[in-house]
Amino acid sequence: MIAVIDYNVGNVRSVCNAFRHIGCDVKLTCEPEIIETAAGVVLPGVAAFGYAVSALGTLAELIKKLALAGRPLLGICVGYQMLFDQSLEYGEHKGLSLVSGNVVPIPAGRVIPHMGWNLVKLPEDMDLFAGLEKEKHFYFAHSFYAYVTDDNAKVAYTDYGFELPASVQKGNVYGTQFHPEKSGPAGLKILQNFALIAERANS
Amino acid sequence: MLTKRIIPCLDVKDNRVVKGVNFLNLRDAGDPVELGARYSDTGADELVFLDITATIRSRKTIVELVEKVAEKVFIPFTVGGGIQTVEQIDELLRSGAEKVSVNTAAVQKSDLLAEAAQRFGNQCVVLAIDARRSKASPGRWQVCVKAGSEPTDIDVVQWAVEAEKMGAGEILLTSMDADGTRAGYDNELNKAVTDAVNIPVIASGGAGTLEHLYDAITIGGADAVLMASITHFGNYTIKQMKEYLRDRGIPVNL
Repeated sequence: MIAVIDYNVGNVRSVCNAFRHIGCDVKLTCEPEIIETAAGVVLPGVAAFGYAVSALGTLAELIKKLALAGRPLLGICVGYQMLFDQSLEYGEHKGLSLVSGNVVPIPAGRVIPHMGWNLVKLPEDMDLFAGLEKEKHFYFAHSFYAYVTDDNAKVAYTDYGFELPASVQKGNVYGTQFHPEKSGPAGLKILQNFALIAERANS
Repeated sequence: MLTKRIIPCLDVKDNRVVKGVNFLNLRDAGDPVELGARYSDTGADELVFLDITATIRSRKTIVELVEKVAEKVFIPFTVGGGIQTVEQIDELLRSGAEKVSVNTAAVQKSDLLAEAAQRFGNQCVVLAIDARRSKASPGRWQVCVKAGSEPTDIDVVQWAVEAEKMGAGEILLTSMDADGTRAGYDNELNKAVTDAVNIPVIASGGAGTLEHLYDAITIGGADAVLMASITHFGNYTIKQMKEYLRDRGIPVNL
């Protein structure tokens, strides 16, 4: 079972719908007992960073504990940004520090938010992209991005006038700045891959 | 490179998609969930659902519609029409919408955009502007509210700039003069707004030919083009639009 964390932010239903659509056993939950038993945990999020962190509350510690113990974790959009050390969106906010890096504004000189479908180069050694072509379009909607400083993290990039990190993988911790649940068939494939990763980690 | 978006717009009234000319003479165009799913399957980049009745009774209907659409559509969609409060925005986002558009309420309540942006992030706050060419001062446009029925003294370009500062993450810019006419977008309007703001602008109103889409992007500076009549009634498929734009050098997700 995949647990999608329900913490009072937008978008959670879409992530569940997408997992259900591909035939996954998924639960939308904020119950620590259920989250503990999940094969994989998904941290979605359409919200401002500060709001998301405070809405997540004490669940943050549980998610961090599970991730550090090897449980597959997938962060999406703000859920992905929360994997990092801190964010500067509307003030300074601490993240989960599972991947080193800071969430900073997209540099001026282009249209912001970065909104729409952009082409992501998909490294072969990133597990989320198994079975996909070398590059694919995914849907982005964000004004801040994670500046990744973690030497142990694999990073996939997209071009927005600079190399913008679109996805990370550090061991069992995965994240996408884009929305796989809103990125058509290629996005659903990524969720399918995460479900398989979770299943394998559990067997 | 970020691609330009093709966005079919579904105006919803009494659970049906309808389309009119200059906001009048509505014609039935089908079931919203079915039509939305069809667009999603045939390559649309995004969808917009506008509740054009926007009454208290229709409020519940639109939430149910969003829930149904979100079960079948795995591309982003925006919902708008009569949205007044941050709580309503929250409900629609939680029901599965990616973005919510506000129009009249943003004009009437000066803190709505800022409040919504701080809570949800500006990327899901769309400001819809219904613009009408001013008869009194040529080369200017006035903001109209209440589904276009009430003109205000507010200048469209100034309002767009102000709204960006307050927290709008995108502008859905509809030319009331061009809407439904299929005579082309108002690219003077589009250019005036895209030159003035730094957030994405969706050009809306007047699409009739493939060249109109190209012009809105190249002349109007639009980041996305919205259309209804020309796609609901089968004149062009999404694929035809994208192939045409690609062949003329516009980046699209094809």
